[in-house]
Amino acid sequence: MTLAHRIIPCLDVDAGRVVKGIEFEGLRDMGDPAELAARYNCEGADELVVLDISAAHQGRSTFLEAIRRVAEQLNIPLTAGGGIRTMEEGRAVLRAGADKVAVNTAAVKHPALLFQLAQQFGAQAVVLSIDVKRKGNSWEPYTRGGRDATGMDAAEWAAEAVSRGAGEILLTSIDRDGTCSGFDCELTAKIASTVPVPVIASGGASTFDDFLAVFTDGRADAALAASIFHTSTHSIGVLKTFLAEREVAVRLSR
Amino acid sequence: MKIAIVDYGAGNLPSVERALTKLGADIERAAEPDQVASAQAIVLPGVGHFGAFVEGLRERSLTASLRAAFDSGKPVLGICLGLQAMFTKSEEAPGQPGLALFPEEVRALPTTVKSPHIGWNQLRRLHQSKLLRGLPEDAYFYFAHSYAAPAFAEYAVAACDHGFPFAAVIERDNLAGVQFHPEKSGETGAQVLRNFLEWIL
Repeated sequence: MTLAHRIIPCLDVDAGRVVKGIEFEGLRDMGDPAELAARYNCEGADELVVLDISAAHQGRSTFLEAIRRVAEQLNIPLTAGGGIRTMEEGRAVLRAGADKVAVNTAAVKHPALLFQLAQQFGAQAVVLSIDVKRKGNSWEPYTRGGRDATGMDAAEWAAEAVSRGAGEILLTSIDRDGTCSGFDCELTAKIASTVPVPVIASGGASTFDDFLAVFTDGRADAALAASIFHTSTHSIGVLKTFLAEREVAVRLSR
Repeated sequence: MKIAIVDYGAGNLPSVERALTKLGADIERAAEPDQVASAQAIVLPGVGHFGAFVEGLRERSLTASLRAAFDSGKPVLGICLGLQAMFTKSEEAPGQPGLALFPEEVRALPTTVKSPHIGWNQLRRLHQSKLLRGLPEDAYFYFAHSYAAPAFAEYAVAACDHGFPFAAVIERDNLAGVQFHPEKSGETGAQVLRNFLEWIL
């Protein structure tokens, strides 16, 4: 009996379409969120994440509609995030069909939001998203989609966030995001050994070996990727078989 | 066969409703005692806080009608927090009594393991189970919780190990509960719900 390592495709949504950026800039259209969600659900994804990457500039209704359409397609868990500032906005994405809400910028500005969300919906529904850049021997969290440096330390912030109610950490390396140079395993291992909650590694996935490395050296509980799944270069089922053959516990669908 | 899905003011009702509807079940969201009384079977879904759950039932005057349903032999399926609420009390909300259908106490997962227990895990079969019929021994189910009920009693038909062996599936007479989320557990979870529907027919 083993808790499986999770493979989580991520849909970055802008104006109702899935897009993919390179190092948080420059966007390409990757398709319809509901269509991609249905495909990943069939392929054996363990969970799905949808992020509103247009949150800072636009209204929420388009994104809530996207969550609704995605949730319709799934019989696996769904996490939604991007620009969520208040408990009411968190409630809205959960009501639209998400099981967990991911917060980033607002939690940095008002850490009490984590406690409020956890009190209302349970810690298992609260994901703290941390976008970091390497700074010497440590990592610095950034907010507003990688635009603003916080001056904080990623490990310290992760630990504080958990003490305030975050039930999971979604950890993205901005340096690696969209570069296809592999997960930052050193970063993931550092955070995974610091906090008592599951850590989802994100940023840089390109090959099957990258996933193997982040589950072994990186000690990640889950790994998130977008572009390598969207472009159909890798099917989730084949990736999981590869991991199972190397004795990484994964859930193989039948 | 009308199934009442108890709406206590929080929780992820749409996904439970969608999963049951896909299987052809006739469901109704029940926030009124009358709706619980007139249904032939009951689903107690739940995510969130034990205290908020118990309080939500009380505010809507649902506790008495639920008790009547339990006593009358109506089939009941508790999901996640819905399972936990069937116990006497929980460390999550020490002052709030649960529905006390089962005598044990719900405990926090220990600090020796990652908590919340989030993700897909396997079960250990302890006794014959109606809900797990037709499912392979190594099947995976999706869990998301920080508290759990102990697995030592006879009605715990399957356990999962995370910090301590906890009750993953309970079954006794007309009462059943699952600590995992069948509505989020892919085809495996759909089979559990199908088994529930067959059981209540």
